[in-house]
Amino acid sequence: MIRNSAAEMAAKLVAGETTSVALTQAHLDRIAAVDTDVHAFLYVDTEGALAQAAAVDAKRAKGEKLSPLAGVPLALKDVMAQKGVPTTCGSKILEGWRPPYDSTVVANLKKNDIVILGKTNMDEFAMGSSTENSAYGPTHNPWDLSRIPGGSGGGSSAALAAFEAPLAIGTDTGGSIRQPAAVTGTVGVKPTYGGVSRFGLVAFSSSLDQAGPCARTVLDTALLHEAIAGHDPKDATSINAPVPQVVAAAKSGDVKGMKIGVVKELNGDGYQPGVRARFEESLELLAKAGAEIVEVSAPNFEYALAAYYLIAPSECSSNLARFDAMRYGLRVGDIDGASAESVMNLTREVGFGKEVKRRIILGTYALSSGYYDAYYGSAQKVRTLITQDFIKAFEKADVLVSPTCPTTAFKIGEKANDPLAMYLNDIATIPVNMAGIGGMSLPSGLADEDGLPVGFQIMSPVMKDERMYSVGAALEAALLTQWGAPLLDKAPLLGGAR
Amino acid sequence: MDCYWKWADSQLGLNLIRLKPMSSLSRDDVAKLAGLARIEMSEEELVNLSQEFTVILDAVARVQEVAGADVEPTSHPLPLRNVFRADVVVPSLTPEEALSGAPAQEEQRFRVPQILGEE
Amino acid sequence: MTLSYDDVVAKYEPVLGLEVHVELNTNSKMFCGCSTVFGAEPNTQTCPVCLALPGALPVVNEKAIESTIKIGLALNCSIAPFSRFARKNYFYPDMPKNFQISQYDEPICVDGYVDVEIETDEGPKKFRVEVERVHMEEDTGKSLHVGGATGRIHGAEYSLLDYNRAGIPLVEIVTKIVPGTGKYAPEVAKAYVAELRDILRALGVSDVKMEQGSLRCDANVSLRLIGAEKLGTRSETKNVNSLRSVERAVRGEMIRHAELLNAGGRVVQETRHFQEDTGLTRSGRSKEQAEDYRYFPEPDLVPVAPDAAWIEELRATLPERPSIRRKRLQEVWAVPDKEMAAMINADVLDIVEATVLLGSDPTKARSWWLGEISRIANDKNIAIANLAITPQDVAEIVALVNAGELTDKLARQVVEGVIAGEGQPADVVAKRGIKVVNDDGALMAAIEKVCAEQTETAEKVRNGHLPAAGALIGAVMKETKGQADAARVRELLLGHLGQATS
Ligand SMILES: [Mg+2]
Ligand SMILES: [Zn+2]
Repeated sequence: MIRNSAAEMAAKLVAGETTSVALTQAHLDRIAAVDTDVHAFLYVDTEGALAQAAAVDAKRAKGEKLSPLAGVPLALKDVMAQKGVPTTCGSKILEGWRPPYDSTVVANLKKNDIVILGKTNMDEFAMGSSTENSAYGPTHNPWDLSRIPGGSGGGSSAALAAFEAPLAIGTDTGGSIRQPAAVTGTVGVKPTYGGVSRFGLVAFSSSLDQAGPCARTVLDTALLHEAIAGHDPKDATSINAPVPQVVAAAKSGDVKGMKIGVVKELNGDGYQPGVRARFEESLELLAKAGAEIVEVSAPNFEYALAAYYLIAPSECSSNLARFDAMRYGLRVGDIDGASAESVMNLTREVGFGKEVKRRIILGTYALSSGYYDAYYGSAQKVRTLITQDFIKAFEKADVLVSPTCPTTAFKIGEKANDPLAMYLNDIATIPVNMAGIGGMSLPSGLADEDGLPVGFQIMSPVMKDERMYSVGAALEAALLTQWGAPLLDKAPLLGGAR
Repeated sequence: MDCYWKWADSQLGLNLIRLKPMSSLSRDDVAKLAGLARIEMSEEELVNLSQEFTVILDAVARVQEVAGADVEPTSHPLPLRNVFRADVVVPSLTPEEALSGAPAQEEQRFRVPQILGEE
Repeated sequence: MTLSYDDVVAKYEPVLGLEVHVELNTNSKMFCGCSTVFGAEPNTQTCPVCLALPGALPVVNEKAIESTIKIGLALNCSIAPFSRFARKNYFYPDMPKNFQISQYDEPICVDGYVDVEIETDEGPKKFRVEVERVHMEEDTGKSLHVGGATGRIHGAEYSLLDYNRAGIPLVEIVTKIVPGTGKYAPEVAKAYVAELRDILRALGVSDVKMEQGSLRCDANVSLRLIGAEKLGTRSETKNVNSLRSVERAVRGEMIRHAELLNAGGRVVQETRHFQEDTGLTRSGRSKEQAEDYRYFPEPDLVPVAPDAAWIEELRATLPERPSIRRKRLQEVWAVPDKEMAAMINADVLDIVEATVLLGSDPTKARSWWLGEISRIANDKNIAIANLAITPQDVAEIVALVNAGELTDKLARQVVEGVIAGEGQPADVVAKRGIKVVNDDGALMAAIEKVCAEQTETAEKVRNGHLPAAGALIGAVMKETKGQADAARVRELLLGHLGQATS
């Protein structure tokens, strides 16, 4: 049952073949069996999940009209505030903090009766591409436990790949949904910026952060997308327009006559051969399905990484200033005679990990008087150029595509001491965040040289998210025919249960 | 009056916390930044970060290659304007909820160590 | 050796700069729905947004934007077609986010002015104070310092924070430098803040209570030798909490600077704190190392771009400018300059106008509020507006006097009674049994009694020496406990003593 898609589980619930309590318990059992190895979860809310499941079952028994995913369990990235449930963002500084409020995403999940199993591991404050930056230890990739599950949302992607949950919530600031999806053989979508409320998403970089759906199939992500998206008056940057019809698009999977633009700059040197091979193969399948493949150029994408590593740290240096030991979270050094300032300094020294400090210092520098124009200001101009590149490219193509990341999952510890090498992971995902458009990663097979999953990225214009779902569904169907079974069936067994 | 008096301040030779020019940061620069960011740092951390920054700043300084005067900066991905809420009171948290995460509290207030500096 | 003020202004020219923070009187806070009501129990008006809980986001209060645009229009500013919020980054425990959402290089309103008029040796003179900008920001929480002897920050062992005020909408009004005021700098500063307060009150956008901190003034003062071009070093005196203090603070700083400069020293650029008791300022944080606030556009908010239609809609709601209103009232009421100035000084213009609108004649309304009632307010040491007497009460009392039902003297007793909380004028009249003696019989009895007692004086009047009648009338009034109408007494008395009345 746990290897079904969310849509299949929902169908079984509707048909009365199982109950939400049984389904939830099955996932809790799976977590108990494999999570000591995978470490996808930071907190498992056994009681809360079972109570929620029982409530959905009761509603169903009464014949109430329920939403499509009602009763299906989900893993929540620990960056989302959930009332009364520990929310750490993978940081020591928030250890033990229980929010007195629900994020809008959580409120929407509850409204849709989606059962929240617990909170998943992540790079501290979503800063990283490997989940090694979690203060609570790394998460392991179910395909190879010695490898990273991507980041920052490695807990969510690993939970999906290990069948600990059929659905998960991620957040994507520079690729934190898509890159973990790519390296775990799962599906992840970063919706258009403003498509899903950021209220209650603990901010890393406000102008780039976006929450989105993660699952094992394109249709499942679409179902979850519609459950969490929509205008939120509590988020001034939320788009006040109808949610794109992504479920319909995922169901039809029709790409006939669609123009698919291959971004010249997001392929080639630096991309692993197996990654490039799977990408080319997928393009052929899409062409066979009736799409027209064109090449587009985005000359300014080469500056995206540099601009990102100025904008995100700048915003984070300000966003993370609130963690100061005064109102919540960790407090260190509060001894007789200590000043508030020294307590702040000590708490932030102890409470933040190395990467977080690195970015806060970098951002503080980039915003400081005399350097603003050269760094932050210039980065904002690059952002304009990248957006213009996308506008031009979308004049030639309905969606754009690229490999999601240059390589497959690397070994835990391999890049821990080389921040620049780590940053390169996000080279193909970052432009999407800079322009606020939509992006999806879905599995396109395994790299020949290492047998690890490869991700295929689809990008769609602002509020045209349905397009990436059409293309994703078409490619998924073609690949499934070719493989004969879901890619994750090739993943090694964990904890025995299959 | 930060804005307005800026020119007057510059006339008077008042220095903002100035750092050395681009692309490299000394140990002391990092110490100043850590002070601004309220992060205590060991000597080792200061030295390590200043070395890392030499590499990182080289990489990010590339943005200046294409950022000409004719390019408008984009601070936000969406061209939204005038998003407001009506001036309506909604229920606050209870004081218990508000103080639920407080490391220390007293008389329904957040208790914090002595505040030095400006009165 | 303390310099005299005259010595200071003989040698130096003061340059002013004024920064006023105004708390708006919106129902909810600037970026969240928490109530703004003053004086609530600690931390009962807080939420994830104004406590800066992780994940919370701000949303701008529309009314606050409208109020700010109105203020800009009333101060003759241009309203920016595009403005933005910025983050001002610095750590302080009473500021939950450790940045203040403020405005930096893109404020809502720019380039305005306020004209003020002050009395000079050469008569009334007008000064124009130019306004650099009007922008929006948010207030901080309040800290209570525990363990120190004085409740002040120095020597405190720890502090207790209440975030009820955190996030209250603030408007900051910044002037350009104000040169050319010469020796009148303190008066110009006071007149500017007073005018600003009147404008804001007329707009209805703030309570403008300096003593409660809903209007706070920071005064920047520098001196330069007369004729010199280069500005001197300024000091910034914070949170001056009354009009009188504005004047005293500027004057005090001018003298302090001059003493330093004359002694060959230099003025330190710093923040200073005004002390009500001594009228002097005390050194605060030195600005030798200016804070680096690392301003950048607030990414959680979108720009404010008011269109012309919205601005014109707001312009149409602007009330009459206070200075114009004062001129109009002076003309309509036919009040001499001096009296008008007295009313403005005593801050009774609104209340007098309200009384006149309720039917009182201007002279009587003015004389009650400026005279008897002001005196009682002074005695009790409370603001006139806080006395338990309303324009309605005064208008009624004036009407009773006009109808002959009260004498001026009796009316004073009624005013006293109303202020003492005995009810409305009619209630006081009834409870105290105050009434004019209109019964001619009773009056005649008193007149006969007085004339019999003071035969000599009565004889003088009988012989045509009318000024002597005053003493008799006084005695009759005393006899009737002041409840008689003096004019009627005079009439009856003169008749009684054989003198025709005209
Ligand atoms: Mg300010
Ligand atoms: Zn609030």
